[in-house]
Amino acid sequence: MDTLIQQIINGLVLGSIYALVALGYTMVYGILGLINFAHGEVVMVGALTALSIVKALAGTGLPGPVIVLFGLMGAVPVCMALGFVIERVAYRPLRNAPRLAPLITAIGVSIVLQQLMMLGWGSTYLSFPPLLSTAPHSLMGASINDLQIAIIAVAALTMGGLVLLVQRTRIGRAMRATAENPSIASLMGVNVNRIISFTFVIGSALGALAGVMVSANYSIAHYSMGFMLGLKAFTAAVLGGIGNLAGAMLGGILLGLIESLGSGYIGDLTGGVLGSNYRDVFAFLVLILVLVLRPSGLMGERVSERA
Amino acid sequence: MLKVRELRVAYGGIAAVKGVDLDIADRETVCLIGCNGAGKTSTLKALARMLPAHGEIRYRGDDIVQWPAHRLIGEGLALVPEGRGVFARLSVLENLAMGAYCRDDRGEIESDLQRVLGLLPRLEERASQLAGTLSGGEQQMLAIGRALMARPKLLLLDEPSMGLAPIMVQKVFEVIQTIAAEGVAILLVEQNAKLALSVSSRGYVMDSGLIVLADSSAMLLDNPKVREAYLGGE
Repeated sequence: MDTLIQQIINGLVLGSIYALVALGYTMVYGILGLINFAHGEVVMVGALTALSIVKALAGTGLPGPVIVLFGLMGAVPVCMALGFVIERVAYRPLRNAPRLAPLITAIGVSIVLQQLMMLGWGSTYLSFPPLLSTAPHSLMGASINDLQIAIIAVAALTMGGLVLLVQRTRIGRAMRATAENPSIASLMGVNVNRIISFTFVIGSALGALAGVMVSANYSIAHYSMGFMLGLKAFTAAVLGGIGNLAGAMLGGILLGLIESLGSGYIGDLTGGVLGSNYRDVFAFLVLILVLVLRPSGLMGERVSERA
Repeated sequence: MLKVRELRVAYGGIAAVKGVDLDIADRETVCLIGCNGAGKTSTLKALARMLPAHGEIRYRGDDIVQWPAHRLIGEGLALVPEGRGVFARLSVLENLAMGAYCRDDRGEIESDLQRVLGLLPRLEERASQLAGTLSGGEQQMLAIGRALMARPKLLLLDEPSMGLAPIMVQKVFEVIQTIAAEGVAILLVEQNAKLALSVSSRGYVMDSGLIVLADSSAMLLDNPKVREAYLGGE
């Protein structure tokens, strides 16, 4: 029972992070029908940017949460700018090209970003200074710390804010109109290019937040961390139904839970043959099962022919 | 209001519009008729800047031929596209709000919304429904209402009768006449030539990318060639 509750808590934390990253994939897909495979790298850049700021401020005697907040405040605009530039440089010139072309540039951008960050930050694992309280509180026989509570709460608030933005504001309405029919949206006076830039910028801001969360929670950051995280968040977006915001949130949380519970119990279930180091298997098992059984995802309206 | 000279549109090397001249005066309703494939929709799309075009499109003094589509509606030029083009996953009210996207005069927008809902009462009944759940006629009404929310000075209408039941066609055209009576200039593209000529003061007949006849609607209705080719030879 304790293990179950504990794995659910861990799963919710992980799932909140996946959900934030998955939103970046799904928003861009919703508007452009394009999988932005460089999005994982945006998350990584956010994590490393925050890490450097946090390290620089660690000796100043400021309270830990304030330092991390500064790290976040640095990472978010950097990633927003990066998302904006990626769209401009790698995708906009290929707007009318065959579908494969932007996919290839996405991979190119990924590699470039990874290598650039490796040059700047080195190829070793970097540890995130332990500035946040990790003293456990007990909850129904399991433990949860302040950082984990903060991750879940901030992710939930951010996603709530995003839903309000998309559903209740003028620009959100323009985003939905553009996602449905860009040429008709432009007849309404919507500057479609600006909406596309805005979508990349918002998605990248969510990615930066996720990057800070993941590196603070696991106390580690690395130039290649965006690859696996990106693939898993992409899986979460597909699980929920790519292009669907609620689906990305649901898919992220579910994938986090599946991965946590799976890696928590795999040892018992296989009599110790497989251990929790097989945790990455679950995400890809989910991806394969979804693509085979329900390609449109849990909340997807129609089967996508473009993915 | 609108002065078009030598308008040309080509799709991948094939000319669809081969040098069209058109004029629309303030408050005037003009129709553009012709067979399927004559280039009517291409002309309208070029005017609305949805297609790259050459020539001169002078709208209220400005040559807009190079303008991006999204600049036009704020200047009072609105298109109701062929096939209606409502946002199926937005509600009726959200669709109408998209029509006023470029405006920031909140109070005026609200009063225009009431006016549009008064003109198109079916939309009021369905205000919070998703536009995709409306019937074809209701969607056409919504597309027109959405364009009206921009307070257009010139309204381009592309085949508003297409695919509608006769009773609905009649209602749509009543609405068009009401809009015209309020002083909005209208360019109406229609395959239903008789109907189009009956609500307009002048008409252009288009064939194979060119204007082949231009006259008052009354004269066109009497013209034997037009009767033969476009009015079913009545």
